Amino acid sequence: MPAPRKVYMISGGVTKFAKAHPDMDFRLMVKRAFDYAMKDIPELRTSDIESSRISYFSDHFARQLKAASMVQDYLGLNPKDSRRIEWGGATGGQAIQAGWETVASGRNEVCLVAGFETMSHVETWKGNEFIALASDTNFDYPVGGFYTGYYALMVQRHIYEYLRKTKFAHVKDEKKAQREATQEAKRIMAMVSVKNHVNAEHNPYSQYPEKLTMKEALGREMVAYPLNRPMICTMSDGAAVAILASEDVAFKYTDHPVLIKGVGCGTDTMRLADRPHGSVPLFPWEEAGYYSDLRYPGVHSFRAGRAAALEAYKNSGIRDPKKELDFVELHDAYASSEIQTYEDIGLCRYGEGYEFVDQGHPFLEDIDYGLDLPHRGTIPVNPSGGLIACGHPVGATGIMQGVFAFWQLQGSIRKHFGNDKLQIRGAKRGLIHSHAGTGSSVTVTIMERA
Amino acid sequence: MAQPRKFTKFRDVMKEVNTKGAALYKNPAGTEDLVILSPYAINYIHSYAEDSPFFLGLAKGKILGSECKSCHYRYATPRSHCMACGAETEWFALPKEGRVHSWTTCYYGGEEFLKETPFNLALVEFDGVDTLLLTRLKDAKEADIFIGMKVKAVFRHPPRYLISDVHFVPSEKPRKK
Repeated sequence: MPAPRKVYMISGGVTKFAKAHPDMDFRLMVKRAFDYAMKDIPELRTSDIESSRISYFSDHFARQLKAASMVQDYLGLNPKDSRRIEWGGATGGQAIQAGWETVASGRNEVCLVAGFETMSHVETWKGNEFIALASDTNFDYPVGGFYTGYYALMVQRHIYEYLRKTKFAHVKDEKKAQREATQEAKRIMAMVSVKNHVNAEHNPYSQYPEKLTMKEALGREMVAYPLNRPMICTMSDGAAVAILASEDVAFKYTDHPVLIKGVGCGTDTMRLADRPHGSVPLFPWEEAGYYSDLRYPGVHSFRAGRAAALEAYKNSGIRDPKKELDFVELHDAYASSEIQTYEDIGLCRYGEGYEFVDQGHPFLEDIDYGLDLPHRGTIPVNPSGGLIACGHPVGATGIMQGVFAFWQLQGSIRKHFGNDKLQIRGAKRGLIHSHAGTGSSVTVTIMERA
Repeated sequence: MAQPRKFTKFRDVMKEVNTKGAALYKNPAGTEDLVILSPYAINYIHSYAEDSPFFLGLAKGKILGSECKSCHYRYATPRSHCMACGAETEWFALPKEGRVHSWTTCYYGGEEFLKETPFNLALVEFDGVDTLLLTRLKDAKEADIFIGMKVKAVFRHPPRYLISDVHFVPSEKPRKK
C-alpha cells in the first residue's frame, strides 16, 4: 500500500455545549463553530475548502433526514463533495478519520469536518430510549433498553474480574466479597468523576463544570448500580468543527498546524451477550503469559478499543503510550468506561485501571482536586473535563475532543479558554478516542505538534 | 391556537409546550424563540425473519439457542449464521437454569420502561454454551443478587412475542437475615 499523504489539522471551533440551544438550530450551531474556526486562520477562504464530512448520530433526535445536506447548504459549500458520517457514539471520531482519508488519499487539499447533535428535541428519558434503539431491537432493547444499564452490567463484571478476584480474593463469603469490591470500584469511579468535573471548571465550553467533592460524588442518586449521576454523561446540544489540510497547503494557513499522526479503528459485536471469551490481542510490550487466566474481552473490556489502539500506535510508531503521549482525551460516557479504556489503550495493563486512578496518574499536576494523589500527572486523561463534564452532543463529541487536543498541542489553550489552567506545558503528542454502542465501534487518532 | 405564553426558563417552556402545544422562550441573549409540540408516532410492520423460531419457542416455554453446524460454537442469543466461521447454525433448547454472569439494578430507564423501575438486568450464562442471554431478573432485590447466583427461566402467558416473554428468577429463595 502506498504511504498516505501527511494530513494536518489547521483550525477548530466548538459551540458551548448546553442542555438546550433553542435559539439556534443545528445549522446555525455548526455555522457558529465554523465561523470561529475560519476566524482563527484568516488566510483560508471558504472557496479553499474542497469537501466536507458532516456527522450526526441520530435521525430520531434530528427529526430531519439529510440534515448534513442542510449544513452543507447553510455553510455555502455547494456544489462540493460532501457526505454524512454516522457511527453511533463514535460518530465524531469517525468523521475526523473520514476527513483524514480524503486528504491522505490526495483527493482533496482541504476538508471541513463538522458535527452536531440536537438532543434537547425530546425529554431526557425519551432521549435515553432513542439511544437504546442503538442496541439490538429484537434481543436487547425490549428487555428494558437503557445504556446506563448496559454499562453497569459491563463494569460489574470488570469489578468481578479485576477487584473481586485480586484485592478481595481473601474475603471468603462470595456475596460479601463482591459487595466490598463494588464499593471500592465506586470510590475510584467517583475519583474519575471528581477529576473530570474539576478540570471542566477551567473550560468555558463545558456544560457541567463543578468543584465536586468525593462526598458529593458518592452521595448522589443511583441510576444503575453501581453508576450514579455524576459518573454518567448527559444529553447536550452542540456543534464542533475541525479543518484538515494536506502538508502542501497547511503551512500556508497557519504556522502551528497539528499533524494527524496515525489513525486506528476497531469493532465488536453489537450485542453484549455475544462477546467472545478468548485471548487478549497483545501490545508489543505485553507478555503473553500475563493474561493467561483472562477470558477476553467478555463483557468486561472493549476489544474494539484495543484493536483501534493497536492500529493507531502501529501507524504512528508509538511503542510506549504512557511515555510517548502527553495527554489523552477519551470517551468517558461513564466513569467506568474511562477506567476500562485506560486498559484497552495500554496506559496500564488489564486489571490495573483502578490502581492507575487511585495513584493519581490521569490527574493534572497543577489542579487542586482535594485528593491525595501520589503520582499525579503521569498522563493527564480528559484535561478538558471529558464527556462527563463537557457534555455529549454525540455527532460533535469526537470532533470536540479533536479541537481540544489541537489547542493543547498548539499551546493555544489560553487564547481559546481565556485561561491556561488546563494547558499541558510542552505537550507534543495526544490521543483522542471515540467510542460507540456497548463498545461495538471505537476510533483512536494520534495528533502531534508539527 | 391562543398567543403562546412567554417563559424565561426552558424547563417551563417544555412543560407549557407539552400541555398547550406552544410557548415562547425568552433566551439569555434577549431574543425570543417560538417552540411548538411536534408529535411523531410510527407503527412498524416488523418481521423477526430468521429469528422467528426463537420467539415462537418462547411462547411454548422453550429458549432456543443456536449451534454452528461446522465449528459447534453454541449461542445463547441465537443467530442463523456463525460469527466465528460463517456456517449455518441449527436450533437447540437451552437449559432452563443458568447463572448470573453480570447484573445491575436500574433506577431509571428509557421512557418506555420508566414505569417499571427499579428493575434488574442480568446476563445469564448456561453450562456448555459459549455466549450469554440478556434478561430481566425478577423476585430479587439489589442486595440479594451476585455473580454466580443460580437463576431459572419463567415464561409469560399469553406471550407478547417479545424477548421479555422470558425472564429469570432466583432458583433458590434468598435467606432472610
